[in-house]
Amino acid sequence: MLHLTQWLVVPASTFADDIDFVFGLIFWMVGFWYVLSNVAFFYLLFKYRAQPGKKALYVTGTEHDLLKWVEWPHYAIIVCDIVIIAAAVKVWYEVKQDLPPADAEVTVVAQQWAWSFVHPGADNKIGTSDDIKTVDELHLEVDKLVHWRLQARDVLHSFSVPAFRIKQDAIPGRDIMGWFEPNRVGTYDIQCAEICGIGHGIMGARVIVHTPEEYAAWVASSSQH
Amino acid sequence: MSHPEHAHADHGHAAHGDHHHEMSFSEKYLFPTDHKYIAKQYMLTGMIMAVAAGFFAYAFRMQLAFPGMSVPFFGVVSPTEYNSLVTQHGSIMVFWVAMPVLIAAFGNFLIPLMIGADDMVFPRLNRLSYQLFLLSAILVVVGWFVPGGGFGGAWTSYPPLSAKAEYSLTPAGSSIWLAAVAVEFAAFLLGGINFVVTAMNARAPGMKWHDVPIVVWFICIASILFMASVGPLIAGAIMLLFDQQLGTHFFDPVAGGDPILWQHLFWFFGHPEVYVVLLPAIGICAEIIPVFARKKLFGYRAILYTGIATGVLSFFVWAHHQFVAGIDPRMANVFTITTVLISIPIAEMVFLYIATLYGGSIKFSVPMLWALSFIFCFLIGGVTGIFLGASGADIYLHDTYFVVAHFHYTFYPIAIIGTFAGVTHWFPKLFGRYMDEKLGQIHFWGTVLSFNLIFIPLFFTGLAGDHRRIYNYNNFAELGTPDLQWLRILATVALVIMLIFQVLFVYNFINSIFKGKLAPTNPWKATTLEWTTPSAQPGHGNWTPETMPSVYRGPYEYSAPGRDDDFHPQNVP
Ligand code: HEM
Ligand SMILES: [Cu+2]
Ligand SMILES: [Cu+2]
Repeated sequence: MLHLTQWLVVPASTFADDIDFVFGLIFWMVGFWYVLSNVAFFYLLFKYRAQPGKKALYVTGTEHDLLKWVEWPHYAIIVCDIVIIAAAVKVWYEVKQDLPPADAEVTVVAQQWAWSFVHPGADNKIGTSDDIKTVDELHLEVDKLVHWRLQARDVLHSFSVPAFRIKQDAIPGRDIMGWFEPNRVGTYDIQCAEICGIGHGIMGARVIVHTPEEYAAWVASSSQH
Repeated sequence: MSHPEHAHADHGHAAHGDHHHEMSFSEKYLFPTDHKYIAKQYMLTGMIMAVAAGFFAYAFRMQLAFPGMSVPFFGVVSPTEYNSLVTQHGSIMVFWVAMPVLIAAFGNFLIPLMIGADDMVFPRLNRLSYQLFLLSAILVVVGWFVPGGGFGGAWTSYPPLSAKAEYSLTPAGSSIWLAAVAVEFAAFLLGGINFVVTAMNARAPGMKWHDVPIVVWFICIASILFMASVGPLIAGAIMLLFDQQLGTHFFDPVAGGDPILWQHLFWFFGHPEVYVVLLPAIGICAEIIPVFARKKLFGYRAILYTGIATGVLSFFVWAHHQFVAGIDPRMANVFTITTVLISIPIAEMVFLYIATLYGGSIKFSVPMLWALSFIFCFLIGGVTGIFLGASGADIYLHDTYFVVAHFHYTFYPIAIIGTFAGVTHWFPKLFGRYMDEKLGQIHFWGTVLSFNLIFIPLFFTGLAGDHRRIYNYNNFAELGTPDLQWLRILATVALVIMLIFQVLFVYNFINSIFKGKLAPTNPWKATTLEWTTPSAQPGHGNWTPETMPSVYRGPYEYSAPGRDDDFHPQNVP
């Protein structure tokens, strides 16, 4: 409970920890201000509750000795804001602006209401005859950096893999590129995160992160069909 | 600024010539031009719509807690119905509850009374704005019953889903909903003009800009924000309507249109809209806290300027709703900066409110409890907003229940707590009687505690990955766990308890209108001008020519030194 990041889905990509770090940083910073404001709030409510024979003070809010109690916290908040912005922008750049060189590429296609995926197959190239097409199942190799190309067929959808900390809306008529590098073997949820009609609530898929051996075996078995 | 002409002086036309004349039933309740009755019309309409939107929340929350059950008073919630319920809940709460009650009802009631005017400067325009609003409310309700059902493409109504019947499957519902929204906007444009012009031109003699109560300022700023932001969206709504009905392709990517354009139009309005409803509510608190703390507001000017700064900044943050929507990722950096910076004026404002309590003599009457709980809850809404404004963290949090919980910690204090604060505070002026204090206290604690129990669990389900607008989380392996389901059940049970507590309010409200203890003119010993008019004014016009107030000082002169009593009304020399 105290550390909110425990509630997040188990991280399974290289930048997941960086995003969780921003989350934790903000949590502690705003948590500090939140607690402090509440302490002041409830203290004042208790201290200055109406008591017989006690008259309220007359202050206007321009007295310098009083104003500093508002001003100093306020300056401190500006500093916190700058730290938060810097941390957020740094991670944003890493995840969304930067596109590091890839080990492999996949195509992700969203449509009402299914996900389909194109894997590169044995030649590790998309658009060749050995491409492996799947529906509602994405296969990846652990510790390999993947570029994904995201497309939509009809309406907006959003490609969200909570364990990877990635989310990107899919727009019909556009190819959107992004990347991730899974670093934990396992099976995780893919969810559509943008309302896309009556099937939005069932538009899930699974991503399976394989060991290199498993992945090779999967490619081999899938190519035979 | 020289003293403006008195509103009273230039009211030559018939409705105003004869003060306190007896009005017929239809003049009073059906087609009033009197601002007090128009205020009550807006308030009542808004409250009825709130019952509908609250019921929708009940129906879809029951489905989430107990998927597939036959919900009492509703039945089984199908996926189509789930989407409609969520969409209608959200749009009604914002456009047909928060807007009419906070801006229109309180704006209409308070602005003339607080600035010492007999009415709005354009009373007939005022009547027209309510009638248009009522038309929009009727339209949106009609939209639930047409073939195909009510629109279910979310209150944000993103195309292409909203633009084509073959995607949304609500051929008539989509267009009726959109038309209703457009008519509602037009109604509030008329209302906004009236508020601003009235506050500028009809102030009592002697009332300078800095003698105007904060709530009047804030409602006017809110109206200006609304008028400045809604234009592009009205145009956008008509373009979307054309896409739906005439087969145009403004937002259709297949034919070269751009669906992201709609998102910009929507959020360029939608974000300022948040402040459009926030400012009146937080302004109401600025009126209540000094009265019950017997304290001058701490830093009147600073509060006013933080309100203006927030309003201006709110025009530069809209794309924080679109970080992952496919905009140029470099733009996200700009909008992260502006968004996080908006915490500066807002935090300052909250600090000033808290500082107002310092040295006070605080009485925890029902209106004060509401105003204080506004601060408490809004603070949670504010701090959780930072997580979402920080682009890096928003990649994970966007469109999860963390967002839903965050914005309900802003909207609920605004629309529900702010309304209860205002209604309980001005009830003696609205109806000439007191509300029952004991019932009010029970209703307050029951509502606020259960509200927190609804939405705190939803922060956690959001962190665990629950996305919005999903009708059954058991369809997803990571989300269908018993732990998460218990949190969802907790939120739903708390909602049912909260709704039950509202029966107390309805009873107290209606009973007190007819049987409450009679209230004197100034029951809270407050300083502002509305408390100088007779309670429950009989007819059109607020003061007689003899009692028309002049203003000698600012609005919050409590516990001033050198006086026997602890308040110095604005109109007392
Ligand atoms: C009565 C207590 C309320 C409860 C229990 C409640 C609950 C919820 C929940 C759970 C959702 C998300 C549904 C989903 O995504 O599947 C939601 C959506 C929403 N609510 Fe509320 N809400 C309440 C009051 C309010 C109020 C007072 C407002 C605003 C003034 C509001 C505005 C919205 C909006 C704008 C949405 C988004 C709708 C959409 O996604 O299209 N709600 N509400
Ligand atoms: Cu979807
Ligand atoms: Cu916003």
